[in-house]
Amino acid sequence: MTVQNPSAVQSLSNSFSNLLWTLVRFREAGITIFILILVAAVTVRAPSFLTADNFNDILLNISILTIVALAQTMVIITHGIDLSVSSMIGLVAMMVAFVVKQNPEMPVLLAVVLGMALGAVLGSFNGLIITYGNVPPIIATLGTLSIYRGLVFFYSQGTWINSFELPAAFKLLSKGTPLGLPNMVIIALIVAVIVYYFLNHTRTGRDIFAVGSNPDAAQYSGIRKPRIIFLVYLLSGVLSGLAAVLWVSRFESAQTNTALGFELQTVAASVVGGVSISGGVGTVPGVMLGALLLGIIQNSLTLIRISPFWQLAAQGLLILFAVISDKWILSRVEMAKE
Amino acid sequence: MNTQVVTESKLISEYAPHRSFLYGFLRWEWMIVALILVDVFVNTKLSPFFLDARNLSRTSSDFMEIGLMMLPMVFIIITGNIDLSVASNMGMSASFMGLLHNMGVNIWVAAGAALLLGTLGGMLNGYLISKVKLPALVVTLGTYAFYRGLAYGFLGDQAARGYPEAFTYFGQGKIFGTLIPFSVALFLFLAVIFGLVLHRTTFGRYLYSIGNNENATNYSGIPVAKIKFIIYVVSGFMASLAGLILAARFGSTRPDNGTGLELAVITAAVLGGVDINGGKGTMLGSVLSLLLIGLMRFGMGLLNIQGQVQGIAIGLLLILSILVPSLVRSISSLRRNFNWRSALSAVAFLLIFILFFMFFFWSRAPVIAGV
Repeated sequence: MTVQNPSAVQSLSNSFSNLLWTLVRFREAGITIFILILVAAVTVRAPSFLTADNFNDILLNISILTIVALAQTMVIITHGIDLSVSSMIGLVAMMVAFVVKQNPEMPVLLAVVLGMALGAVLGSFNGLIITYGNVPPIIATLGTLSIYRGLVFFYSQGTWINSFELPAAFKLLSKGTPLGLPNMVIIALIVAVIVYYFLNHTRTGRDIFAVGSNPDAAQYSGIRKPRIIFLVYLLSGVLSGLAAVLWVSRFESAQTNTALGFELQTVAASVVGGVSISGGVGTVPGVMLGALLLGIIQNSLTLIRISPFWQLAAQGLLILFAVISDKWILSRVEMAKE
Repeated sequence: MNTQVVTESKLISEYAPHRSFLYGFLRWEWMIVALILVDVFVNTKLSPFFLDARNLSRTSSDFMEIGLMMLPMVFIIITGNIDLSVASNMGMSASFMGLLHNMGVNIWVAAGAALLLGTLGGMLNGYLISKVKLPALVVTLGTYAFYRGLAYGFLGDQAARGYPEAFTYFGQGKIFGTLIPFSVALFLFLAVIFGLVLHRTTFGRYLYSIGNNENATNYSGIPVAKIKFIIYVVSGFMASLAGLILAARFGSTRPDNGTGLELAVITAAVLGGVDINGGKGTMLGSVLSLLLIGLMRFGMGLLNIQGQVQGIAIGLLLILSILVPSLVRSISSLRRNFNWRSALSAVAFLLIFILFFMFFFWSRAPVIAGV
């Protein structure tokens, strides 16, 4: 086979690389395509997947994950990591549940504010030892992961708060649908909009990216690096506190092992959503899609009747696949550029 | 020009593996030894059962799985990478052996197959990290879920049990005529080998070199990708070995065996002075810190403190081990340029934390009292 018209081949390969470029520039496109293929494949096997009811279910399941993953994203963008989110959720959930049990007449909004305030204290402790104590984020939050979890056990002495001990109004906080969608989904959307605005349209938000992509340059250009880093861990605590209140409301209980292992899910949602673990890169829509992908995977594995025992393995495999394909597309683009 | 030479030589002396081995030995390892002595002293005062050879022998084998996984983890962290999948790999290997055992396969064949599977798991990590060049944290986070999932897939809600006594010896048995558990002897033997490889071979020096500057190491002709691949394979093998020891110690296997141990492994390595950013650390320090954690947990267990609450002490120790030296430095610089703003905010934060704990105790009191 001889090449008749080299320039045609050239332009074809150019348009191919252009297409890939577009894909990469909108990193969300890759994961969107992945989600669409998955949705199509699952729908063929299980038609009940593509129903409003089922999607309502998925959205309800990923709301908490989305909120905490967005917090995790801000931390990862500064080239940090917050492994303690799960323990912060566990501790705040237990404390709020104790308080609500003792004061059933308390306004629900006050419980939410209390949760966020308690989360803020825990998050600011992380932030302080990381910024002013010079402890690497992974070590600091690994330490507070076990400290906060230990405090949960110490606090409750192993007791649980059960559904019947919580007032009905509090339980409705996550599940009520005065606006059509469950409150929890709406709260997650509001958080996403605020974080989006904060990251992309405020000075502090851009400083977060600056600190993550080039810490030294950020410092020299007058950004107060410690303040920014402290802020992201504080916000991580606040959003974890919010998530904790929603968690208690949704699952109608607070246990000593609430959210155990959840930290890795939040990192997975961020990374699958295109957040670079080395900092400086990440978008809010990407992370929301990452959380959605994890939710769809979980939901669809049940629908296509994969034994629950194999589901975790399939999830892990799909996460690996998503990350590898993302890398593959990137390296193809690099090659096409050369 | 002159200053640059000085900084460079300072850097080299600071990071050179051999010097830092001696340097570190003078500082951090003695610190841990001192902490161990304090811990032993306090615990002997608090409980008459602490210095009991039988108790110590039994409790020491509880930490050997963590120890076996810690040895390659030290290598990995020194190169500036991490392996979050070790505990999952351990569960996967043990469950695979349990599955084969339930199917009636000879226990030694099953154990061999499990070691092979664990090594394959390490190879997958190593391939994705060194050849596909994905970040270690991301890869091992994925395989963390994948391997644990395979463990559940193999055994479901079943447990495997009824291992022959010849096999459980590896977890429960003692070296003939002594109180030393076999697993402890195995760990010490491997620790010496890993220590020699790290501190006395070129391979070990390459690990430090990768941790200090991976690009420069690569350009100086050292096969960085190959070395990274090897240490992940070793990590996989050691994780599955730890899984077998755990199965032998319990006499049974469940798919959730060892969940969460990866953080204990990393804690032990880092508390031992291995820099999470790579390039620094000694094997001796990590082994000593494992001993410290083991003694602390054992002592607290004798005082009837719950395992999870013990985590508070371990977590604090981990943070303080890095926080205290850096606070000492900043306090001495504070004396030179004191400013009211930071003093005020320090006081404010202190007040917030005190308020938090007042609320903490106030809110739990009525529920704990059983109202």
